[in-house]
Amino acid sequence: MEKEILGIEHLSVSFIQYGKGLTKRWLYAVEDLSLLVHAGEIVAVVGSSGSGKSLLAHAVMGLLPYNGRMEGKIWFDGEPLTQKRAAKLRGRELFLVPQNVSYLDPLMRVGEQVMGKRPSPSLRDTCRKVFAGYGLDAQVGEKYPFQLSGGMIRRILISTAVMGTPKLVIADEPTPGLHPEAARRVMGHFKELAAAGAGVLLITHDLELALMTADRVAVLYGGRMIEEAPASVFTDETNLTHAYTRALCRSMPKNWDADGERLCDTGDILLYMRKEYGR
Amino acid sequence: MRLEAREVSFRYGDGKRKVLDRVSLTVESEERIGLIAPSGFGKTTLLKLLAGYERPNSGEVLLDGRPLTAYKGYCPVQMVWQHPELSVNPRRRLKTVLLEADWEKEAKDRARIEKELGILEEWKERYPAEVSGGELQRFCIARALGQRTRIFLADEITTMLDLVTQGELWNFLLGELKRRRIGLVAVSHSPELLEKVCSRIVRLD
Repeated sequence: MEKEILGIEHLSVSFIQYGKGLTKRWLYAVEDLSLLVHAGEIVAVVGSSGSGKSLLAHAVMGLLPYNGRMEGKIWFDGEPLTQKRAAKLRGRELFLVPQNVSYLDPLMRVGEQVMGKRPSPSLRDTCRKVFAGYGLDAQVGEKYPFQLSGGMIRRILISTAVMGTPKLVIADEPTPGLHPEAARRVMGHFKELAAAGAGVLLITHDLELALMTADRVAVLYGGRMIEEAPASVFTDETNLTHAYTRALCRSMPKNWDADGERLCDTGDILLYMRKEYGR
Repeated sequence: MRLEAREVSFRYGDGKRKVLDRVSLTVESEERIGLIAPSGFGKTTLLKLLAGYERPNSGEVLLDGRPLTAYKGYCPVQMVWQHPELSVNPRRRLKTVLLEADWEKEAKDRARIEKELGILEEWKERYPAEVSGGELQRFCIARALGQRTRIFLADEITTMLDLVTQGELWNFLLGELKRRRIGLVAVSHSPELLEKVCSRIVRLD
């Protein structure tokens, strides 16, 4: 087995929630989550909105908001990953490919955002090569985010991750809004990163995409991990242990029953989960 | 009923690019059409024309042979959008979304649809920001399925939702559309979904 790049042990993330009057309480968004990512491996974290998967990314990157609190341990490349260390490694070994265009500075040319201010000639050269690899003209770097299409923004965001030699790339919902062909291409880029030795944590709500790309898939619900399994076992729902994961498997359109009275039998799983997990 | 787009062309504002160029499509109630077209083709624009939200620069949209714009009052063609949070008033409680549906006051079907969609009583008192996207989309679907709806247009209505919610919503929709003989034009990023739901796939390119 390859070296462990990222280790998450019993991670909880909570926020202060203010109630009536002056009462306040900690609201847990992620609870007791453990996960390993090895070098050269793609691990997908799959969950619906509100399952806490973006927070997981932000906790690793040391980007939690001021009212957030984190418990548990995070290891990166053999050493504990503190906020301070994360800040140092961000953009060097640790990369986040954020969800959308709002993470780019609207008043800064995208080239500057990818390379930093006053880039060295060698960095410019790398940038040109990276852009070319993603089918972006060199002139694209001179533009502002609003002048680019959604697909181009997506490729710019990924470019930022391959400018250095990443050891860990966290991709937060890299594909919504892309048509399947473009989504597959984006996934191809992450596979290349993994093949070059990086660990990739892919955060998505799209199970089908995760199964296509990842080596292992962790399913999150209501801030808790309910199942973790190799992507290959999802072909048969009897391999899966949790009722929700089995329902997920059944809900993939390719497994729907076209002639039946119902397309898929999800039973009362959502009601059950709401009762069990409170959301 | 038969909804027909005849050789419609469309460009936004005084834009140079023609989004749609002489596109034709016909859907009968009782028919379920899955629309497959490359990204940027203008699928959403076509649905907006079919629903009467936009008018074509040339060509026409006919409902039973009459221009859609000639129909007064409730439009028998109803559309549900990809982003439910952008399709409801964020400052009004969710029960008001349901009141926009085309039902007489004590209609039994209204209660049945809400129940089958899994809409809980407690959600109705909340504001749109206080429910999940999947919960909100249930309201939008209920709103579009009023009694005089004959054609239902679905623009990526489950793309942003998790698989289980997607399955539940299409389970309900397919049954409801079949039972009430409501026609469907659906756009989805998943060809597999369209193949399972639709009676006919139309490829536009």
